[in-house]
Amino acid sequence: MNPSTSLRAGLFATVRARRSDAFSLDVALSAPAGVTILFGASGSGKSTVLRAIAGLLRPDAGSIAIGPRVLFDRSTNVDVAARDRHIGYVFQHLALFPHLTVEENLAFGLHGQPPETRRRKVREIAASFRIDHLLERRPPAISGGERQRTALARSLVTDPAALLLDEPLSALDHVTQSRIIDDLRRWNAAHEIPILYVTHSHREVFALGDYVVVLDNGRVVVAGTPHDVLEMPEQAALAQLAGFENVLQAGVVERKADAGTMTCRLAGAPVDLEVPLGRGEPGATIQIAIRAGDILLAIEPPRGISARNILRGRLASLTRDGAAMVAAVDAGARFVVHLTPSAADGLGLTIGQDVWLVIKTYSCRIAA
Amino acid sequence: MDWTAVWLSIRLAIIVASVLLVIALPLAYWIAFSRWRWKFLIEALVALPIVLPPTVLGFYVLLAIGSRSPIGRVWEQWTGHGLAFTFEALVIASIFYSLPFAVQPISAVFSQLDPSLTDAAATLGAGRWRTFTRVVLPLSIEGVVAGGALSFAHTIGEFGVVLMVGGNLPGVTRTISISVYDQAQSLQYDAAHATALALLVFSFGILALVYALMRRPWAVA
Repeated sequence: MNPSTSLRAGLFATVRARRSDAFSLDVALSAPAGVTILFGASGSGKSTVLRAIAGLLRPDAGSIAIGPRVLFDRSTNVDVAARDRHIGYVFQHLALFPHLTVEENLAFGLHGQPPETRRRKVREIAASFRIDHLLERRPPAISGGERQRTALARSLVTDPAALLLDEPLSALDHVTQSRIIDDLRRWNAAHEIPILYVTHSHREVFALGDYVVVLDNGRVVVAGTPHDVLEMPEQAALAQLAGFENVLQAGVVERKADAGTMTCRLAGAPVDLEVPLGRGEPGATIQIAIRAGDILLAIEPPRGISARNILRGRLASLTRDGAAMVAAVDAGARFVVHLTPSAADGLGLTIGQDVWLVIKTYSCRIAA
Repeated sequence: MDWTAVWLSIRLAIIVASVLLVIALPLAYWIAFSRWRWKFLIEALVALPIVLPPTVLGFYVLLAIGSRSPIGRVWEQWTGHGLAFTFEALVIASIFYSLPFAVQPISAVFSQLDPSLTDAAATLGAGRWRTFTRVVLPLSIEGVVAGGALSFAHTIGEFGVVLMVGGNLPGVTRTISISVYDQAQSLQYDAAHATALALLVFSFGILALVYALMRRPWAVA
């Protein structure tokens, strides 16, 4: 029987593990067939969850199952050994066997099957991941992208019931990354297993995930579709993770219920922001999250414009980050603004000059 | 040259190195991967023959296998003769004497092994034995060869322990190092020269081999 295709089973895990006095993990998550992103900063416990699911680490409590197949259950003393769990695992540094050829690496997990079957499966998976021309080479002699493909293929050739990926693509450039992901998606369209993909890059959340589970300090903060999760930051930590580069402390000054807005004053500066009406009575402290890409930057005071928030500030720094320019502006608080290189050139920006920030009311989100 | 002594030494070293590999592989594996809190005591015990004078080690082995000890008595009942001053006694003493030279290089390569490689083998369905033979051992082979070569060479060169537990019986316990000592004592300098030079060249050859093997040919960043 082939469990991955006959059951199309989701992965369910509750994991409690105390790793130190300072850090404990208490996570419940489910991953249906498709790609689920396990998202969080480093140290949030992502890899620990993966290791527990794979059977490389024994949780103090909890249960782990793929469909009806229980792999771990503390209450009934079920603990299936890692080698019998039938879960693919791609390690952060890939863990390819350096002394074996690509072909031998791929065939490693097919031990015990007839030689003809092994050869056929190795050929098929190598073709799916476009590494069939590398079979005779050893991992140190192939490129980084080819090694990633080999590691993926090695974990999938055994037809696992689930696949765990521990930031395997973080070292690659975006183009190589998305090509590999396309091949993985194509493979999984036919197999439909749950794929748990760990990352701390919020760019990958939108690019890859069907579902997102956000982890912070050993707890699940929020779970849902990438859109839901990233559009509704519920906590400041999440907002920062999710691409809201600006998270500002502010006090509620006045609620304007009929206008659907409220006025807030930034902590430590006489700067007011008009934000959507949300929780918080006057005097309450709230956090306002704004994406760096949602702020306009002007070199003259803008006039005749619908945006309610126009803040005067001073350009503190301007740096290049990939295809974007990142400006830091002191305007009562430190704001991060993204703009295109051509816009930065066109404005002729110099460090220390006066600039104006334009922020629409509805670009401001209230983080509890 | 005393060919009887040369052959005896080589025979002794081959037997000792073979037995030591069988003992050292699991022991080194345990030392490299165990998380037992008192592990350092075992490590110290294994390293003891490096610092102990060979005569002290030989003295204790002699006591342990003498006709008054339980081991010596059992041996006498089985074989009809005593264990001390026999080839077997040399083998036993040499195993203790060369143990650290087999264990330490092997446990060193084991503990340098990337643990995610053994994790990967487990997630690919490999049990302990298959992981050991297909992943751990091939990636540690220089250390294993070094351990074997060093214990072989160290056994060839031993002197004090042999004198204590083996004595100087031609064809039974007179090893090559004892033979050089005898030749020099009896002023046969030409013979001593030949034997000593052979031992020197041989030892250099073994060490050169060990250091050559320590460079991992597939170690690419």
